[in-house]
Amino acid sequence: MMRKNLGPRVDRRKFLKAVAVAGASGTVNPQIASATTAAGATPAHLPSALPPTAHTIAAETGTSQVEVSRIGGIAGSDFMVDVIKTLDIKYLPANCASSYRGIHESLINYGGNKVPEFLTCTHEESAIGMAHGYFKVTGKPLMSLCHGTVGLQHATMGIYNAWCDRVPVIVMGGNDLDAAHRPPGVPTFHSAQDINALVRDFTKWDDTPVSLQHFAQSFVRAYKIAMTPPYGPVMISLDAGLQQQPIHNNGEELYVPRYTPTSPPQGETGAVKEAARLLANAQNPVIVVDRAARTENGVGLLVQLAEALQARVIDMGGRMNFPKTHHLGASVTAVNNADVIIGMELSDFWGVVNSYIDNGEHGIGINRSKIKSDTKLINISSVELNTKANYQDFQRFQSVDVSMAADAEATLPALIEAVKSAIPNDHKAEIERRGEAAKKARAEGRARTLQLAALAWDASPISTARLVMETWGQIKNLDWSLVSSSGNVSNWPNRLWPIEKYHQWLGGPGGYGVGYGAPASIGAALANRDLGRFSVSIQSDGDLMYAPGVLWTAAKHKIPLLAVMHNNRGYHQELMHVQRLSSFRNRMANLGNDMGPIGTSIMNPDIEYHKLAESMGWWAKGPIKDPAELGSAIKEAVAVVKSGQPALVNVWTQPR
Amino acid sequence: MRHQMFRAALAVLAVGALFGDGAALAASAEQGKVAFMKYGCWQCHGTQGQGSVASNGKVLAPDPLPFESFSAFVRSTNGAMPPYSEHVLPNDDLADIHAYLSSIPKPNDHTSIPLLSQ
Repeated sequence: MMRKNLGPRVDRRKFLKAVAVAGASGTVNPQIASATTAAGATPAHLPSALPPTAHTIAAETGTSQVEVSRIGGIAGSDFMVDVIKTLDIKYLPANCASSYRGIHESLINYGGNKVPEFLTCTHEESAIGMAHGYFKVTGKPLMSLCHGTVGLQHATMGIYNAWCDRVPVIVMGGNDLDAAHRPPGVPTFHSAQDINALVRDFTKWDDTPVSLQHFAQSFVRAYKIAMTPPYGPVMISLDAGLQQQPIHNNGEELYVPRYTPTSPPQGETGAVKEAARLLANAQNPVIVVDRAARTENGVGLLVQLAEALQARVIDMGGRMNFPKTHHLGASVTAVNNADVIIGMELSDFWGVVNSYIDNGEHGIGINRSKIKSDTKLINISSVELNTKANYQDFQRFQSVDVSMAADAEATLPALIEAVKSAIPNDHKAEIERRGEAAKKARAEGRARTLQLAALAWDASPISTARLVMETWGQIKNLDWSLVSSSGNVSNWPNRLWPIEKYHQWLGGPGGYGVGYGAPASIGAALANRDLGRFSVSIQSDGDLMYAPGVLWTAAKHKIPLLAVMHNNRGYHQELMHVQRLSSFRNRMANLGNDMGPIGTSIMNPDIEYHKLAESMGWWAKGPIKDPAELGSAIKEAVAVVKSGQPALVNVWTQPR
Repeated sequence: MRHQMFRAALAVLAVGALFGDGAALAASAEQGKVAFMKYGCWQCHGTQGQGSVASNGKVLAPDPLPFESFSAFVRSTNGAMPPYSEHVLPNDDLADIHAYLSSIPKPNDHTSIPLLSQ
């Protein structure tokens, strides 16, 4: 915005003098300023977490040993880097763009390309997806940069997924606001009045800072808002002029506001007690969770609540909420006979207690309640604090009896204590019997599931159950993390694998935007690499083809990941939709020369994903069509991944 | 609802009259496999009728429903599966599909498969 309006020019001699004065007062230099308070109080002289930069040394000694740049001062984007570094953001996946060249240059040169480290991406959607997956492993957000117009347009689906999945990502879009001075031609095509408008409906907050101090406040505020449950993406429009102009010595002290995490909202005491009373007195209470656990601690709390009540737990899978090996784990049908149901951070409460069949008389579906008419419903959801109007991720309205706009994990300790206090003495034997019945039901259900997995065990294309179990056979002795399961493999990992730890299942995209699996799995694998864990993904064909360039990013930055492909050679969900409509309309579906209705198959020619991966620096093998060859192929790939490289096994699979 | 039940019952009778056990017995499993793919049955049920989340866990084979029940369901379902009329899926092909599903052998017990014997 202020790009060409530099005010009084500062010559080199005057600038050096100003820098020396600023260094003495501890005000202009951002590294020093970062230790001051938001109120601009006296510098605390806290030790910096970072080594002093050339600018710091010059300012503190009053002498300059470095050649001052041609812009006539310290670049504004250097100060931006100082602000960013205070928040310990480890990586910055991004596709480069001229509208953020100022901060790009500062990050890699002034900032030393550390905290954050720039990760080269070939598509903005990949960059956001990587940040999405990274957060779900570490609980720490990443930032991304993009062109504010064309780049942000590419990034939008990833941002929408992050919004629906309650994941914080800090997105900054470069934009050249000053229409009178910005370069004509392409840069002007890439400029807009308000780039944030593009994503305002599915970000928690956005801003357009017009000064460096404004940027400092905006960035720390954006981080704080993104990281307060319910988490979510945020957007900052970054003016090209603001990045490139030098810091002005106009007497104003630049400082970096201190970040303090915000405590998540906890359920109101009265509502917690009422929920506990209903649960403690229920004959058949059921707990339903989706994104209830934000951390490993959340999993432990849910186990405590379930065991206190010996209540069955339905895990909808937005996160790993409840151990799959626990005897209280249940399928969605457990709601049918419940008298009290508590839902925690559900993305769709209506869908839990109602059924929708896409096969009504007039093709508009059949809606039925799955629960008894007098079943009491309790809801704990932080998302109620952050609902917007346009996009419909809030789903159908469900009336409940007790409703708390609160974070489930933060509310669980109080709820557990309240439940323990509320359980009547004469209910304790009954609760124990419930637990015994649950153990018996689980053992019977487990045997049925294993026998279902045996169906089509030797089929070609390979059954999804076999795909999943051959993979399991090769990783079961490692500290593994299933970072993504794109496409649909009939939920076999959750039905068959002993998923017990929070990082072993990360959930899906949130907004069901296809194309999440590949980048999110690579972002999560990056996080697991740093933690010494083995990452594995079930990678579907359609998902990979949205932006396969992210494979190159994994190889480039040495991110080890085992990607086992669920290659059913089609957009299978849509394939079934067109088949369904054809049958409704009493017509034979036109297959063309493919196996699915025209427009839904990915075959003829078949994509050789193994060659695609190889071309981008991966070890790869395939296509595997014979189930007898699958285990050994995955074993080879595991060895490669353990050596630090990504590996892909292309497997032809059954549709689901 | 009553209307629908009546229609389903009529469909069962009609199919029974057309085929009887004899027609089903004369069907070809080999042709049925081709028809199973051609009419899109594999899409939700898997190529061996093993079922999936898309079929709500329903398993077609081994041991498919008796032909009369099978046929009645295909013609008149108003559940998650769309109905297939005779106009779209001729009776002979439906009988072949049933023959194919009947030909699929039982799977091994899961305890005999190392990866499933946990």
